[in-house]
Amino acid sequence: MMSNLVFLPIFIPLFFGALLVFFNKKQKATVNLSFLVVLLSFGVSLYLSYHVFSNGPLTLETGGWKAPYGIILVADKLSVIMILAVNVIALTAAIFALSSVTEKMVEHYFYPLFFLLIAGVSGAFLTGDLFNLFVFFEVLLMASYGLIIIGGSKHQFRESVKYILLNLFSSILFVTTVAFLYSVTGTVNMAQLGERVGQVEQQGILTGIGILLFIVFATKGALFPLYFWLPKSYIVPSPIVSALFGALLTKVGVYSMLRVFTLIFSHKLELTHTFFIWIATITMIIGVIGALSTSNVKLIIAYNIMPAIGFMLLGIGTFSAESLAGTIYYLVHDMAIKAALFFLAGLLVWHAGTSNLKKMGGYIKTAPLMGWMFFVASLILAGIPPFSGFIGKYLLLRGAMDEGHYIAAGVGLLSSLLILFSVIRIFIGAFWGELKEEPKQPLRTSGLAASAVLIAISILLGVGAEWFYPYVQAAADSLIDPQIYIDYVLKE
Amino acid sequence: MEILMSILAGTLFAAGVYLILQKQLLKIVLGTALLSHGAHLFILTMGKLNRGKPPILIEGVKNYTDPLPQALILTSIVISFGVTSFLLVLAYRTYQSNKTDMMDQLRGTDDE
Repeated sequence: MMSNLVFLPIFIPLFFGALLVFFNKKQKATVNLSFLVVLLSFGVSLYLSYHVFSNGPLTLETGGWKAPYGIILVADKLSVIMILAVNVIALTAAIFALSSVTEKMVEHYFYPLFFLLIAGVSGAFLTGDLFNLFVFFEVLLMASYGLIIIGGSKHQFRESVKYILLNLFSSILFVTTVAFLYSVTGTVNMAQLGERVGQVEQQGILTGIGILLFIVFATKGALFPLYFWLPKSYIVPSPIVSALFGALLTKVGVYSMLRVFTLIFSHKLELTHTFFIWIATITMIIGVIGALSTSNVKLIIAYNIMPAIGFMLLGIGTFSAESLAGTIYYLVHDMAIKAALFFLAGLLVWHAGTSNLKKMGGYIKTAPLMGWMFFVASLILAGIPPFSGFIGKYLLLRGAMDEGHYIAAGVGLLSSLLILFSVIRIFIGAFWGELKEEPKQPLRTSGLAASAVLIAISILLGVGAEWFYPYVQAAADSLIDPQIYIDYVLKE
Repeated sequence: MEILMSILAGTLFAAGVYLILQKQLLKIVLGTALLSHGAHLFILTMGKLNRGKPPILIEGVKNYTDPLPQALILTSIVISFGVTSFLLVLAYRTYQSNKTDMMDQLRGTDDE
């Protein structure tokens, strides 16, 4: 079914993001309008997902150009789940922003960049065209380049230079890969690519192109050999920006892999997907080692992004309906809990006036609520039942075991334990014991409220898994059989 | 013609990669600019070069150039303009606040 509804999750943040550029001096109006826009966008995404799950996927052929020729936007089950998750994160970020975004940040276009980031991420989830995926990657990266530099401190410049250069390089590689793919298959439409890849004779070249694309997405998603830019550059900006990055940016890389390697490059599973499982295993190990190696609170959380990405890749590598469902479940869970943890870490650092764990202690007396929220968030992150991390991990590990990937599953189990250890270390170090130093700043209520909402969602995702699982399973089922997507988009 | 263009694109890529591996920030920015030019040429080459033909498909016209690579390049050029200008400003501001433009001095582990 054709509908302009598909365009709205991109259009609303894009339009208001552009509009807000002109109001950067009007603090109060900007904050209020942004909140309304986020609510509106959330409402639209909720309606879109309801519509897609009850009436089937929606497409929009922009400008009336028929499917393989024009730019096409597709909202299938996976896309709307992701769009909904993005809008939940945006909503809680807007709540967190109420007390954490300073006048100076608003003046330096925090809100326009925030909305452009949301627009870019939503676009990447909705597009049905590989080149357009690159364009939306650029939109969200440009917004992130702006966001990472807001504040303009010395170390922010230092770390963001590397972040930007690396992302730029991977973007150029992306364009080059699209050109390769175009010359071999003669199309950039994902559905038509999925169809043609099976017909083209030169399977070897296609596998090579697939691996090139994997390198691009692995850079964006911070997988094993290409992760080194992530931890430091994620901790330098303001906590709300770190939370947005941690929750959204790497997940776009994972989503792209999920889409591309189920729809287009699924012809040489034994080669590519076995490779993925090894990369996933090493990523988990390296991420956990990083998280254990530092006593900087923000850095511990930033390193914890990597094992999570490893888990999701494990699901893609295993490539069964169950493990793909696990990947999607884990993706949504991780977006919520990473944002919550970055929020809480930011609050903790403000409260303590330092991010060094060794200088903290005893804050359970001054901030009991935050302490216990941090504890629950740690349990959720590590995947202690009955929280949401458990459901995703259970599906992933059972999927991996069923397919005989015992080493990867074992490493996954071990790394979960070490993840728990690394975050509980923050809880013990910062909240137990005697009060070492008086807190520098009081807690910010809106920050606590935003984290509480996200933690509540995570708990709900875990306890109410029976309600959510059918939707996730339906999305995974549509991924495992790409013909549904192809037929739908090309309308044969 | 395609061979020549491929060699040119390859040269641009090589020069770009060489510049990116330098220590000075400005050279790195120039390297990214060269790399994106290489990528654009590459897209054009991959869409098969047809000189002097219109990039339009009208009924009856058999000889036309594939318009898609040109549309892709146009988008990609605009993006790379934006990113390059941003990078130049960023490089300047980084130099100002860190008092150096050498990459090996731009690392550090200040645990604040």
